[in-house]
Amino acid sequence: MSELKESIRPVRIGIEGVSYSLTHVPDLVRYGSKPLREIRAKPSLGEQLAQQLRDFDAATAYAPHQVYIGNIAPEKLSELPKPWYERLIEGATREGRFGDLVDQDEFYAILAGADQFNLASFEENWFRRHSAPHAIGRAPKLRPLAEIQALCEKDALPLYSGKQLVGAFEPGHAEDANLIAEVLLENIAAKVTASHSLRSLLKTLTLRPDDIDFVISCSEEAVGDRYNRGGGNLAKAIAEDVGCVNASGCDTKAFCAGPMYAMVLGASMVQSGLAKRVAVVAGGSLAKLGMKFESHLKKNMPVLEDVLGSFAVILSPANPGQVCMRLDSAAFHPVGAGASPQAMAEYLAEKPLAKLGMKLTDVDRYAVELHNPEITVPSGSGDVPRTNYLTLAALAVMRGQIQKNQMEDFVRQRGMLGYAPTQGHIPSAIVYLGHAVDALQRGEIRNSLLIAKGSLFLGRMTQLSDGCSFLVDRNKT
Amino acid sequence: MLKGRKIIAIGERDGVPGPVIAECLEGAGYEVVFQATECFV
Amino acid sequence: MNFENQGVIKRLADQYGPENLTVVLGNGEANGVEVFAETVTEGDPSYAGPLAGVALKIPVYHVLEEEVMTEVPDKMREEKLQLSTLVIDIEPMHQVLEASRAKL
Repeated sequence: MSELKESIRPVRIGIEGVSYSLTHVPDLVRYGSKPLREIRAKPSLGEQLAQQLRDFDAATAYAPHQVYIGNIAPEKLSELPKPWYERLIEGATREGRFGDLVDQDEFYAILAGADQFNLASFEENWFRRHSAPHAIGRAPKLRPLAEIQALCEKDALPLYSGKQLVGAFEPGHAEDANLIAEVLLENIAAKVTASHSLRSLLKTLTLRPDDIDFVISCSEEAVGDRYNRGGGNLAKAIAEDVGCVNASGCDTKAFCAGPMYAMVLGASMVQSGLAKRVAVVAGGSLAKLGMKFESHLKKNMPVLEDVLGSFAVILSPANPGQVCMRLDSAAFHPVGAGASPQAMAEYLAEKPLAKLGMKLTDVDRYAVELHNPEITVPSGSGDVPRTNYLTLAALAVMRGQIQKNQMEDFVRQRGMLGYAPTQGHIPSAIVYLGHAVDALQRGEIRNSLLIAKGSLFLGRMTQLSDGCSFLVDRNKT
Repeated sequence: MLKGRKIIAIGERDGVPGPVIAECLEGAGYEVVFQATECFV
Repeated sequence: MNFENQGVIKRLADQYGPENLTVVLGNGEANGVEVFAETVTEGDPSYAGPLAGVALKIPVYHVLEEEVMTEVPDKMREEKLQLSTLVIDIEPMHQVLEASRAKL
């Protein structure tokens, strides 16, 4: 990456709106990657898992979820009594300031409505009573219970509502490993949760679907077949599902840093004039459901990884006074940078800030990997946001911008507790954008630096780590 | 129990990653026979 | 420690002999270090991975422990590890690992 000449000419792209959804799917936790493997090896775990699932009201009143949908500010989370899964929020609503919680009955409805290949069948009586009120899109494939059972005995994945068998999800092809039922369910879950977030956002902004010029999806899935396992373009499927008839789309993939790259690329399209309104969307990761369920069971906690996280952002040319992405601040982590925490913080924070004439201490709020520590700490995975904030604080110490004894203040003032479900791409900085926009609009902060990381080494093609960052601030009036 | 031994480096993404441990131990003259980075999220 | 890495360590122990190996960790927090240490000394405490019931007795260090840090060339230590010493509290990990090594 060549060194750019230092000149501060802000390039701002307007953030028209952000919307986040949490889709509560307790009866799909069994199909998360870890539970699926573990329950196949030891079927009694399935029964134990079923006993520790929480209901929609408990998921709604869960403080981190209320933060996620915008009803509680992240700064307030540290004041709330723990454990959050026991000290539920009274009067919590499923509608949030910039998002919502979707229950499983509705999920099954939107899944059926987006299912163009008749992969999903539902038991007719149950569906009519529970999911039909939420029906959208295509007519669902309804069958009598005996047929559902027959499908499940063959090769379909059973779909449950509590203990009741209510549906079957079939494979897409008898001989294609990339079209097995588990993969297609994962893909369609990403599709419909992303669609739901985009639909919600359009409604909030009183925009029409045909106002969108381009959709970029940065979901965690691999849509494809045996000749092209990750062919993708889920974005276009989402655009179609939402009715964005004027838009095409494409996917951006970069492990957990995907959303941040998608934002940079979407903003670039707006900046170049190629598109006027770009929607950046991501659906939830079914594979990550119940990832740490064993440690939650051991500690007699509810299984907290029972939600699919999704979001939608709409980018367009900046208006005066609007909260914007600083496209000129976009930063990457080059191949030669090295994987040390210092190198990552230098390339993703220090250098891009210096380009803007800023120091680390000129950032009012950092958003890093915001995984909910209540999920990660019991399994020995640590408090991920805290470690990331301490890394930024440590760099500030090494640069003489703060003293060593001010590190905790740095973390407290410029950081926050994690509140995102462990959905991979969702916690990786982008989850904070909604609150950043709010705080900027209210004048509580002047800027926010969002820093995402990607663990590329997990894919076995490189040992490298990766990251992407950009600053958010307000346009001049 | 370091000297003369071959090194297995198991790093953590947000702690000290595998490649960094490996570089540092190689710089110290050790042979690193395996390195990996664990990512818990 | 994930099962993949347990499997590799087992193979390397067969290949080189566990008495010729040392594990060096980079954990960000103390939580979990004890389990890692036990996994390569006494065997996987969860009894689920390839090292379940396999006591390799391989000594474990954390890269930020003094015994390891003093071996790393100065410049490299400053550039690659210095910052982590401000982030990671090595003391509790050092105590756990020293106790683990003393048992070998």
